[in-house]
Amino acid sequence: MTQTTIAGHPVDVDPEGFLTDPGAWDRDIAAEIARDNGIPELTERHWQVVDFMRERYLRDGAAPSIRTLGKASGVPVKELYQLFPKGPAKLAAKIGGIPKPRGCI
Amino acid sequence: MSSRVVILGGGTGGTLAANRLHRALGDAIDVTVVDQDDRHVYQPGLLFVPFGLADPDHIVRSRSAQLASGIHMVLADVERVELEQRSVILAGGAALPYDVLVIATGARLQPEETEGMLGDAWNEHVFTFYDLEGATALRDALAAFEGGRLLVNVVDMPIKCPVAPLEFCFLADWFLRERGVRERTEITLATPLDGAFTKPLASQALGGLLTEKGIALEAEFATGRVEAGEGRIVSWDERELPFDLLVAIPAHGGAAYVERSAGLGDELGFVPCDPHTLQARAASNVFVLGDAANIPTSKAGSVSHFEGETIVENVRRMLAGEELRPSFDGHANCFIETGFGRALLIDFNYENEPLAGRFPEPHLGPLPLLRESRMNHMAKLMFEWAYWHVLLPGRELPGISNEMQTAGRHAPES
Ligand SMILES: Cc1cc2nc3c(=O)[nH]c(=O)nc-3n(C[C@H](O)[C@H](O)[C@H](O)COP(=O)(O)OP(=O)(O)OC[C@H]3O[C@@H](n4cnc5c(N)ncnc54)[C@H](O)[C@@H]3O)c2cc1C
Repeated sequence: MTQTTIAGHPVDVDPEGFLTDPGAWDRDIAAEIARDNGIPELTERHWQVVDFMRERYLRDGAAPSIRTLGKASGVPVKELYQLFPKGPAKLAAKIGGIPKPRGCI
Repeated sequence: MSSRVVILGGGTGGTLAANRLHRALGDAIDVTVVDQDDRHVYQPGLLFVPFGLADPDHIVRSRSAQLASGIHMVLADVERVELEQRSVILAGGAALPYDVLVIATGARLQPEETEGMLGDAWNEHVFTFYDLEGATALRDALAAFEGGRLLVNVVDMPIKCPVAPLEFCFLADWFLRERGVRERTEITLATPLDGAFTKPLASQALGGLLTEKGIALEAEFATGRVEAGEGRIVSWDERELPFDLLVAIPAHGGAAYVERSAGLGDELGFVPCDPHTLQARAASNVFVLGDAANIPTSKAGSVSHFEGETIVENVRRMLAGEELRPSFDGHANCFIETGFGRALLIDFNYENEPLAGRFPEPHLGPLPLLRESRMNHMAKLMFEWAYWHVLLPGRELPGISNEMQTAGRHAPES
């Protein structure tokens, strides 16, 4: 765990840059993480996914999988990959300030 | 009047729970098991069928014959559960009222969820060994296989027995060597995980074994579609992997009735419950056992076994109006066949990842953890006998506690 500054806030992140405390997150932090990961601007569709991820994590203690995102977030899997190239579940979790999805057991 | 306990599913979990409850609570309860058919498959045996190491007929027995006398069995498809009415509706409309419901309807294969998987090539060039029909068809295809690209593809997590795809690769390596066609075969495992397994140290050890055996690993591969005509699978981010023979582990979901039962399940049809008491989130008089549960442990028969005691105790407490016992710790124990008559053993729970050490007795064993040995292979074969004669009747495995032991466990020497 290391401390870093994102969008002017001091936050703790894991070695891959995932926030360790979802409570330390805000929307400016999200926008900056997105920019650092090749998404210049978070659109409404991005937010729909990011907000859904956070809600689920805070409710269930686990991030939803791609398949759950595709079935329940309102954004189909194909579009998820357009919005978050190279791994929507991981990237949306990172932007949403929740721990890296562990891919179930 | 005795309380009505209805158990949905007469597989591993449902059977052992019925027998345990019947023995523990006797006349205080009336136990009914509902299943859609009377063919109980010993699923760990499915791994051996494709290699001619298990006879398909020998791993199936009657479900009802595994239930102690005095337990009722209803053969019917479940239509839905009505939580408020405390009633199970069967296909055809009959209602089965309950005081306590135990859900043990397992996980269902959903090959139809992947575009192109169920085409003309299904059971021709595209197979699964996750059900009896598929494993049997694959046996014939492997016997005739003359080399080429053998691709093993885990479509999505969660799946039953997450180590089985690895075991399949190891056994295929052994089998094709014995047949003299290994030199002409490329074996590749494509998985959505970022390594061979979900837990770091075991993932390293198993990844090392793949390399040793010349099996390629394609990690973080999220399968989007099967293009059987072209002989390839394509990921959502447009990576392509070619095959001559595809062995797919299709996406899994819960039983279809879960989706028809308002408030019961999640989007995939699994049933959320408390990870320690196994009480369903949806209703206090409903418990969940085995693969049907949405909890962060493996979908394995060993898990259903370790959950058995918690289920019995909590059903009893629920009926007596007592507080539930949060005793389940996520304990899973899996043998991993590695070919050439050897196997590895892993033992873990919610808190502790698989480590090296000895099992079941710390320091004494006799089984080594996270290391290949002949003894582990013998134990895996003996597990079949124990399944029918110890697990299903709902007895304890001698020397093996339901809670995981941590004494003598350590990271493996690399
Ligand atoms: C290839 C393979 C290898 C495996 N190897 C191992 C291993 O080595 N070790 C290990 O511990 N585990 C292993 N497993 C996993 C193990 O078999 C399962 O985890 C275990 O059987 C789960 O028990 P269960 O009771 O939850 O589900 P199941 O035993 O699958 O039972 C579910 C039951 O519900 C019934 N049902 C479903 N829907 C309905 C409905 N709508 N109406 C009525 N009935 C319904 C089904 O007919 C079935 O009988 C393996 C699995 C596979 C596929």
